[in-house]
Amino acid sequence: MEHTTTAHANHAADARKEIWRVTGILTVLTIVELALGFYMMNVPLDEHSKRSFIKGVIIILMISKAFYIIAYFMHMKHEVKNLIMTTAVPLTLFIWFIIAFLYEGNSYKNLRNTYDGHFRDRKEIMAPAHKEESIKEIKAVEPKPAAE
Amino acid sequence: MWYFLMSDAFTFGAFLISYGTIRFSSVGWPDPNKVFKSYPFASESAYAPLVFVSIMTFILIVSSVTMVMAVQAGQQMRKKAVVVNLVLTIIGGLAFLSCQAWEWHHLFTEGAWWGRNPFPNADGTIASTNFTNYFFTITGFHGFHVFSGVIINIVMLIMTLTNQFEKRGHYLMIEKAGLYWHFVDLVWVFVFTCFYLI
Repeated sequence: MEHTTTAHANHAADARKEIWRVTGILTVLTIVELALGFYMMNVPLDEHSKRSFIKGVIIILMISKAFYIIAYFMHMKHEVKNLIMTTAVPLTLFIWFIIAFLYEGNSYKNLRNTYDGHFRDRKEIMAPAHKEESIKEIKAVEPKPAAE
Repeated sequence: MWYFLMSDAFTFGAFLISYGTIRFSSVGWPDPNKVFKSYPFASESAYAPLVFVSIMTFILIVSSVTMVMAVQAGQQMRKKAVVVNLVLTIIGGLAFLSCQAWEWHHLFTEGAWWGRNPFPNADGTIASTNFTNYFFTITGFHGFHVFSGVIINIVMLIMTLTNQFEKRGHYLMIEKAGLYWHFVDLVWVFVFTCFYLI
């Protein structure tokens, strides 16, 4: 009797330790993501490849955070393999989903820049410098109340 | 619950991927560090990018940890620990909702809303309203999930306090509520990365 109580208590203690370990990992991953975000603020906008590389690293960190939350917080790691497969396999559709739509968005931009003069011109318009002016501009285009 | 979460994952995924598509199809986009730079009780000229959203992320992760503790306590039939951890999770959820409500209100006072975007693009050109439309829609949809998660957790708390689970002999329902709560945290990880970081 005592053996099973001790074994039970040990298992519970191990489970708690695992959760705190994963919490620590998630905290570290979040801090690294935020540090990269802060660093990226000082990388000028025209250094595209450097910015894209940092964004790629942030995305990889985000996905590893997702894996830790699903596996340990949602207990997926300890579930039956077939259940894991029924959820993991459909989610691979996201890979196609993301690549297809981002590629298409980019292609749309390139086509519009090539063929749509109005789109090309519109991107040259500078925003009003002063904040009050931009709010005035927003108020100006709001529909007038049909009181009259 | 796992299969409902799959459907919800595809819904959020669709929203976020459409956000990505529109961003990829736009020449300019506002710099999130210039937009989200304030926090409660800060001065008008405060420049603290990523600070407030980091606090929100931390609150939600900690509430997920307390939810795991509640589930584990339920597995060991420890009712008091379940109650304590559920209460902490509910408080975390309400704190997150309050922070999000402040963020929305603050942006609203700056002139942002569906159909209104006062923030210029990073290169100074005039921005489209896609930025604010997507921000409010996706964070609103997520906030609605946090809100429903808090309601579900309150129901779980009441059921625990009225000994429903003791009568059943198991706390498995708390585990299912836990899955929903972790899903909400997981979605926030993606939303905060997409809008504030990249």
